[in-house]
Amino acid sequence: MKWLRNNWDQVLVALGEHIVISFTALAIAFALSLVIGILAARSERVFRWAIAVTGFLYTIPTLAFLALLIPVVGLGKTNAIICMVAFSLMIMIRNVAIGIREVPSDVVDAARGMGMRGIEILATIELPLAMPVIVAGLRIATVTVISVAVVAAYINAGGLGTLIFSGISNDFAPKIWVGALTSCALAVAADLSLAQVERWLRHRAD
Amino acid sequence: MIEIRGLVKQYPGAAHPAVDHLTLAVPEGCVCVLIGPSGCGKTTTMRMINRLVEPDAGSISVGGRDVLHVDPVSLRRSIGYVIQQVGLFPHWTIADNVATVPKLLGWDEGRIAARVDELLELVGMEPATFRSRFPRELSGGQKQRVGVARALAADPPVMLMDEPFAALDPISRGRLQDEFLRILRSLRKTIVFVTHDIDEALKLGDRIAILRDGALVQYAAPEAILARPADAFVESFVGTDRALKRLGLIQVEAALEATGPVAPSLSIAAHANLRDALARMLEGGVDSLAVTGANGALLGVLTMSGLRRHTRTRDAADDQ
Amino acid sequence: MLFIEAWQFIVAHPGRFADALTTHVALSAAALGLAIAMAVPVGVLLADNRRATLLAITAANVGRTLPSLAVLALVMPLLGTGFAPALFALTLLALPPILINTCTALRQVDADLVDAARGMGMTRAQVMREVELPVAMPVIFAGIRTASVQVVSGAVLAAYIGGGGLGDFITAGIAMMALPQLLVGAIPATLLAIGADRLFGLLQKVLTPVGMRAT
Repeated sequence: MKWLRNNWDQVLVALGEHIVISFTALAIAFALSLVIGILAARSERVFRWAIAVTGFLYTIPTLAFLALLIPVVGLGKTNAIICMVAFSLMIMIRNVAIGIREVPSDVVDAARGMGMRGIEILATIELPLAMPVIVAGLRIATVTVISVAVVAAYINAGGLGTLIFSGISNDFAPKIWVGALTSCALAVAADLSLAQVERWLRHRAD
Repeated sequence: MIEIRGLVKQYPGAAHPAVDHLTLAVPEGCVCVLIGPSGCGKTTTMRMINRLVEPDAGSISVGGRDVLHVDPVSLRRSIGYVIQQVGLFPHWTIADNVATVPKLLGWDEGRIAARVDELLELVGMEPATFRSRFPRELSGGQKQRVGVARALAADPPVMLMDEPFAALDPISRGRLQDEFLRILRSLRKTIVFVTHDIDEALKLGDRIAILRDGALVQYAAPEAILARPADAFVESFVGTDRALKRLGLIQVEAALEATGPVAPSLSIAAHANLRDALARMLEGGVDSLAVTGANGALLGVLTMSGLRRHTRTRDAADDQ
Repeated sequence: MLFIEAWQFIVAHPGRFADALTTHVALSAAALGLAIAMAVPVGVLLADNRRATLLAITAANVGRTLPSLAVLALVMPLLGTGFAPALFALTLLALPPILINTCTALRQVDADLVDAARGMGMTRAQVMREVELPVAMPVIFAGIRTASVQVVSGAVLAAYIGGGGLGDFITAGIAMMALPQLLVGAIPATLLAIGADRLFGLLQKVLTPVGMRAT
């Protein structure tokens, strides 16, 4: 690909932007979902309510969501990140809550019996044992976020989508190829690496 | 009715054949129990009769027909099949489940409906109540009753049953075994019954085939197996209490004696078995029991010595 | 207020709106229909071959991770712009969840049911039609439900490759910074997505065999 050879720096910048906003969104979503997820694990009502709200948000089409945020936060990275966080929350909260709930009750019971306090149990037993399920959720969220970031280029968030949109409006196929294929590669790579992490965690738990 | 000759099944990579040149004949109307330790080939053998497993060598004929050269699907529609987990279709009503084979055979609706009701009655389930229920509403014992009804639907002459009562609790199991025995005797079916429970085999079987590592070790009536086990394996398989098990097969009235001047204080029913009688004598610390008939009438007396004499006479008779 | 302006826009351009809406629904329905027509039979045919099934599930899982817009964009150099290329891309997007769910659902059918059915004399096709498929239907439908939301969502992006649909209003709105137009695209698209989710959720409940419904 001649274009790629001459413009690989442009591609790298786009890739870098893409990774940065995705990562930022995931970090925020992870932190939020840990907090809400732990609460949801303890309370059936919180669980149902959290899932209902985030489930609803998840159904909203990506471009529509970004568009609806424009009157509120305008264009740019902030808009994109809010959308990405909203989409990630449903699956992550759900997995944190379910992961914690699936920790065998006899293990928790034994810990309590030995005199461990709630926070200690949470930090040293429940969360570590729930990790495989949490990472499974993180995996889905990552792929979702990368996908949103591609579209978000249209509202000036940067990322690999800029190549795609530029290619479409200038009818310049090489840019479309590079933009689209790189974002696919990024998504697949992220998914496979997290799958490995998940597998490794499950192995450890056995 | 069922003739198995030189049947062989070898799974690739296995150390020895699952079924090793098995030859066995099941007369019409007989309940033939296949029993043995895990991996002895009993279930594999049974499943070769309706060709859910294909044999590697040998022949099987049912009712004179060579089953290995007919269409397996139509063969299976003529053989009743009951498995341990029953396998009732959860998305169909009880009536639809029982009607499975008649529907496959194309019976008309009226005939099917009548047959379903008839069979539900037969297995002790009130048709009006259960016809439109779904499997998940039934208990384990009820599910297996429906399973038996389903297998009988097209009135097949032969039934294959793979540990049908193993998943039930002991009380349901005992009850179902008794009822099942009654039903199938009255219908004169030829049955191949797989189990791992020697007591079930002794209770239900007319002939018992003891298998080990795919080969037939002994094939005889329950009494004969208990009285003359073929080798040390069979001996340990039936258990060290086989003398007591033998008593369980003999009815009290067979060892009846005339009543003496004074009737014993404890009694036992005439149709009970000698093992229960022995247990009652030991519990009560007595040497004799009064034997009562159906209406409570005194038929005679059973004494400890009489019991011993009777079993010794049987041994002598068997040896001839 | 923005909403009122958005409503006024629709009133002022009823033809355009109706066109976009119809195209959007047509694209979504057609893509979903095609995907079901392809994925379910493939899942059924592969059911007896364990390795092929696992291969199909793995391939579909990869397909699932691909960003929707990337798939839509890749179609453009190959098939051009317009309704048909968009339909092609959207069908591709809808295939993975349906295929995965069909394969998984059939694999999870209780083996005892299949054994009993075979043992009683059902042919392979009868076992699939009368037992396996009905019992697997709830999970298959869950996959269709997921795919439906994805397709409606993807159809919004079809605007980028000339596929029409409600996305046109959004892109025009952003280009011209006309907020009412944005809403004319975004809100109906959202309602469609939610509607599809509810509709298939309902269908899933209705199509679950009575004997298997949660009490």
